[in-house]
Amino acid sequence: MSGILVYALHDDEGNFNKNSLGAISEAAKLAGELGAEAAAVVVGEIPDDACARLGAYGAAKVYRAKAAPEGLAQPIVDVMAKVISEQGFSYALFGGGLLGFEIGAGLTARLNAGVTMEVTKVKVADGKLVAERPVLQDSAVVDVGYAGEPGIIIGRLNAFDATERDGGSAEVVDVDVELSDWSTKAKMVTRGEQRGEDVNIEDAEILVGGGRGLGEAGNFKLAEELAGALGGAVAATRAVVDAGWYPYAAQIGQTGKTVAPKLYLAAGISGAIQHKVGMQNSDNILAINKDPNAPIFEFCDLGVVGDLHKIIPKLTEAVKAKKGG
Amino acid sequence: MKICCLVKEVPDAAVQKRIDPSTKRLDRSGEKNLNPFDTHGIEAAMQIREGGEVSVDEIVSVTMGPESAVRALHKAVALGADRSLHLTDEALAGSDVCATGYALAKALEAEQPDLVLLGQQSDDGECYTIGAVVADHLKMPSLTQVIKIDVSGGKLVCERQAEYGYDTVEVELPAVISVGDAINEPRYPSLKAIMGAKKKPLETQGTADVGIESDRVGEAGSKTEVLAINPPPAKEAGEIIEDEDTSETVERIVAWLDERKLI
Ligand SMILES: Cc1cc2nc3c(=O)[nH]c(=O)nc-3n(C[C@H](O)[C@H](O)[C@H](O)COP(=O)(O)OP(=O)(O)OC[C@H]3O[C@@H](n4cnc5c(N)ncnc54)[C@H](O)[C@@H]3O)c2cc1C
Ligand SMILES: Nc1ncnc2c1ncn2[C@@H]1O[C@H](COP(=O)(O)O)[C@@H](O)[C@H]1O
Repeated sequence: MSGILVYALHDDEGNFNKNSLGAISEAAKLAGELGAEAAAVVVGEIPDDACARLGAYGAAKVYRAKAAPEGLAQPIVDVMAKVISEQGFSYALFGGGLLGFEIGAGLTARLNAGVTMEVTKVKVADGKLVAERPVLQDSAVVDVGYAGEPGIIIGRLNAFDATERDGGSAEVVDVDVELSDWSTKAKMVTRGEQRGEDVNIEDAEILVGGGRGLGEAGNFKLAEELAGALGGAVAATRAVVDAGWYPYAAQIGQTGKTVAPKLYLAAGISGAIQHKVGMQNSDNILAINKDPNAPIFEFCDLGVVGDLHKIIPKLTEAVKAKKGG
Repeated sequence: MKICCLVKEVPDAAVQKRIDPSTKRLDRSGEKNLNPFDTHGIEAAMQIREGGEVSVDEIVSVTMGPESAVRALHKAVALGADRSLHLTDEALAGSDVCATGYALAKALEAEQPDLVLLGQQSDDGECYTIGAVVADHLKMPSLTQVIKIDVSGGKLVCERQAEYGYDTVEVELPAVISVGDAINEPRYPSLKAIMGAKKKPLETQGTADVGIESDRVGEAGSKTEVLAINPPPAKEAGEIIEDEDTSETVERIVAWLDERKLI
């Protein structure tokens, strides 16, 4: 059997992650082409019916390890390694995020397996999976094949869409796993802390994104004034959220939100892949950056090479004047 | 306590990186530098040493790479490492993530570190995974993307951002931690440190010295194979304005917004 095993991440309320659901749908589609089955791994006390509902996304079986904790990679490596070895899965697939990278990497070591990350597409060739991965700031795409089994595929955020079908219900199988000694040496103290105030960026049709180029926390007021003039909200990169300049709730990207406003105006943002994946589907992308080689200029619709401190105040005034007139 | 910092030599950010179509590997010619993300790992080690919570006996920089990679080690030493370990061997060329993680773990095994620090990503490979691969081989707990480390009582308290917000995690030593670039502002090396770097001990080891099974590394030992290199999906190039006269620039931006009914 050349089955595909997917890790289904959930939050503390037991809600499954959208990217994990996407990975299950993708695995089901690919497994169909391989003449095999897709299955999911779930850790923690997730009720039977919630696990069974993963069948609607294409999982034939759900392996549930009730005693393993959610949120840290290594216990989940133990669970997945056991299921893969005992059930003979040929591939492990992860949706985009952070834990998938860590679990996939752990499996690579544990099972001496090949791994490809940031995968945007998976195809079937000669009964095997081939992963497409953009490299070098998305300037080329490589096709990666696997020697031996299993093959580990870590998707890029939002690469795989979750598609629900009617009536699918997965068989739930409980697995007992003895955790490795070193898997119990990291303990979650607090999970998913929201730093900064709760702002809403997902409903805004216009977003002004602020990055490290703003220079300091106080300069976010430039972005706020411009957003105010345009009738939009302010978003941020991880760099400035980690630095405490802006609330986590406003962060866009791999470990933040995914948005697709009518206008995304990036101010002092380099356009790293992990940011791009959260905003690349915006209808119009306008970037202001002083570095002509910034990656954001590779995927924006209008790029302005210049100092945002000079441009933004004037732009705010001009937008106000235009709207007033 | 002994800290090992993994460092890598990468093409300079200003160099146009490309893949050599004949070998299907990254073209590593041109200016090279210490992976900028690794300077945060060394800085974190220095701050643990200077913090005084634990006594740090030694900071060892470790790399796997060709002969030229000693330059990355020299830079690491200039930034504060006490000595270096260079794992280099023809047999390692073309290693993928699986093989590289295995080889680095073997090199680290002999060092018996209490803490292994890495950067969040290599600037050329961008795999984000080496830390977790190394950790599992070493049978140590591990976290990636850590932006705060507190050391006390044989434990680390780490913070990092994951899918749902910030996590605080307690990790027992020995451990493998990859640090995010927000963890610190790496210092600049002093001229004296740069000059003295080449005099610090540097040990060179081959695969046999650290017990690497040669069929698990290199191109032949790798578990992935690059089958093809393709251009990215075509996207219409955007319009670029150079800001010379800001009033004019702003006028053009407003016109662009207006055309798209965004004002
Ligand atoms: C696992 C992982 C997950 C991640 N998740 C996320 C995520 O969810 N979201 C996210 O955003 N990032 C994420 N990152 C981080 C990401 O890789 C980048 O580090 C980050 O997006 C960079 O933020 P930035 O653009 O603000 O800063 P920088 O990359 O430092 O860019 C600042 C830019 O400002 C420009 N600039 C400076 N001064 C001026 C000026 N006066 N006028 C105009 N321009 C100026 C500079 O030229 C530069 O291009 C993640 C990384 C990893 C490894
Ligand atoms: N060949 C290597 N030698 C030493 N350290 C490495 C090597 N490759 C990667 N690393 C370390 O692993 C980190 C993550 O790299 P990567 O997983 O390739 O993005 C880097 O920041 C380095 O600290």
